[in-house]
Amino acid sequence: MEADRREFLKQTGLLLVLTGAAAQAWDFVLAGEPEKAPTYKLLDHWWAMAMDIRKCIGCGNCVRACKTENGVLLEPDCFRTWVERYHVHPDDPGHPEVDSPNGGYGGFPEKYKAGDGSKNFFVPKMCNHCAHSPCVQVCPVGATFESPDGVVLVDKTYCLGCRYCVQACPYGCRYIDPRTETVDKCSLCYHRITKGLTTACCEVCPMGARKLGDLKDPKDPIHDFLKDHMIHVLKPEMATGAKAYYNGLDGSVR
Amino acid sequence: MREWLRDREHMVRMGILFAGALAVFLVARAVMVPKDFGTYGHFRTGALADNMAHPLVFAGRQACGDCHDDIVASRKGSKHEQIGCEACHGALEAHASADDPSALKPKLPDVKTICLVCHRENVAKPAGFPQVDPKDHGDGGPCTSCHNPHHPEIS
Ligand code: HEC
Ligand code: HEC
Ligand code: HEC
Ligand code: HEC
Repeated sequence: MEADRREFLKQTGLLLVLTGAAAQAWDFVLAGEPEKAPTYKLLDHWWAMAMDIRKCIGCGNCVRACKTENGVLLEPDCFRTWVERYHVHPDDPGHPEVDSPNGGYGGFPEKYKAGDGSKNFFVPKMCNHCAHSPCVQVCPVGATFESPDGVVLVDKTYCLGCRYCVQACPYGCRYIDPRTETVDKCSLCYHRITKGLTTACCEVCPMGARKLGDLKDPKDPIHDFLKDHMIHVLKPEMATGAKAYYNGLDGSVR
Repeated sequence: MREWLRDREHMVRMGILFAGALAVFLVARAVMVPKDFGTYGHFRTGALADNMAHPLVFAGRQACGDCHDDIVASRKGSKHEQIGCEACHGALEAHASADDPSALKPKLPDVKTICLVCHRENVAKPAGFPQVDPKDHGDGGPCTSCHNPHHPEIS
């Protein structure tokens, strides 16, 4: 009886003191393997994405890998990342022709002819992990939030499926998962980046057209990327604090 | 003043009603809002751990080298060196972290189609990227009859 009570108090005390990741770490300490405990420090990172339109070959590897890694439905309107193809006539840059067959999942069958005077390129898209996200501001229950390390995440157990955030995202990065009727979006592979791995889409990108970067790490190559190129974000006029930085972003891209 | 005193009963009742409602609200709030809500912001801190708990599916290129160092070596100096293994071989965390990886031996990529996923000609691709039209290039057979997938340069 005495031992039970002590055990109970210890467990409750631990639960109250340690939350989330810390509780996970404690499991490893108890198991005698403290070296396996997650050493991820929440406040030492500020994640961003470096996208290079000059490199994207539209192979669709990122779209497929994202769905595989995150168990995203193969439906044509469920995407955490997708690729668009732009076809721009130089004398009418305001009206590009944009297509994205199944989000680029199966690549892009040739549709245009070389030498017709048009400009053609691929634009990989995903959640911009904004520092001032409109989607977070409209959530009535705190089910979507900016994490302290700069990732916009969803709390699936809290989401009501009200769709305010789907409407609020200026980049169209959110959709309702029909299996759970809750919102789903890019998590920047939070389960990977907190273990020292890169995201699934970056892992399989053959050209390095998208690269995960940690802005709080002074040695991260993203600083050179941002310094050495002319960089732009999508819809800067929305003042979302977008952290998907594009090199070679054409003015016609919306 | 006398009027007010006479209607005092109303005020007391209203007061009790308000106090009761406030108590119900506070109790409900204490019960319903999780303990870890609001530590880092307007969200449940445990949601971070929930997101971290998702299982890995792609192992990451670092993992393959531990056992396939021959392949890693054969890619040295090739233009394919920087491509992650799983870009062609698909997600292999289950294989890489298995107790016996040979029991979960991965299916090899289809040598008739895998190369064209990236190299098929397309005007939207960056001009400098090496592209081929399979009608003009090769002999219609698998690309690997002439190119080594891990070091495709000929010569
Ligand atoms: C723990 C060691 C280990 C790791 C890590 C590992 N493999 Fe393997 N792999 C093996 C073994 C053992 C075999 C079986 C070899 C055999 O039977 O010829 C194998 C077989 C394969 C084969 C099939 C070879 C064939 O001839 O059919 C492929 C492809 C492969 N691995 C790719 C990978 C990739 C890609 C990764 C990284 C994600 C990886 N492996 C990680 C041990 C490993
Ligand atoms: C450009 C695509 C590509 C990449 C990148 C790639 N492979 Fe392969 N790999 C192939 C193909 C295609 C085959 C099948 C060759 C065949 O069937 O003739 C193959 C075969 C293999 C085999 C079995 C046959 C053999 O040659 O021993 C292993 C093991 C293997 N790959 C491991 C790896 C590892 C490890 C990496 C990363 C270091 C890697 N591959 C990267 C395309 C690729
Ligand atoms: C996942 C995408 C991908 C796949 C699949 C792939 N490659 Fe490549 N390949 C590349 C990239 C990226 C380069 C480097 C291009 C550059 O540096 O501009 C390249 C370079 C090459 C080159 C060198 C071209 C040169 O400029 O000398 C050859 C040849 C080649 N690949 C053949 C193949 C063959 C054959 C296969 C199938 C076994 C294949 N590739 C599969 C992405 C891929
Ligand atoms: C009959 C042999 C043969 C076959 C089959 C073959 N190639 Fe080649 N390929 C060559 C030779 C030879 C070169 C030129 C040598 C070089 O540049 O390294 C070449 C060059 C390339 C290049 C570089 C082109 C450039 O612009 O630099 C790519 C990409 C390529 N091949 C892809 C493929 C693909 C994809 C297939 C399968 C559809 C394929 N090859 C099948 C022999 C072959």
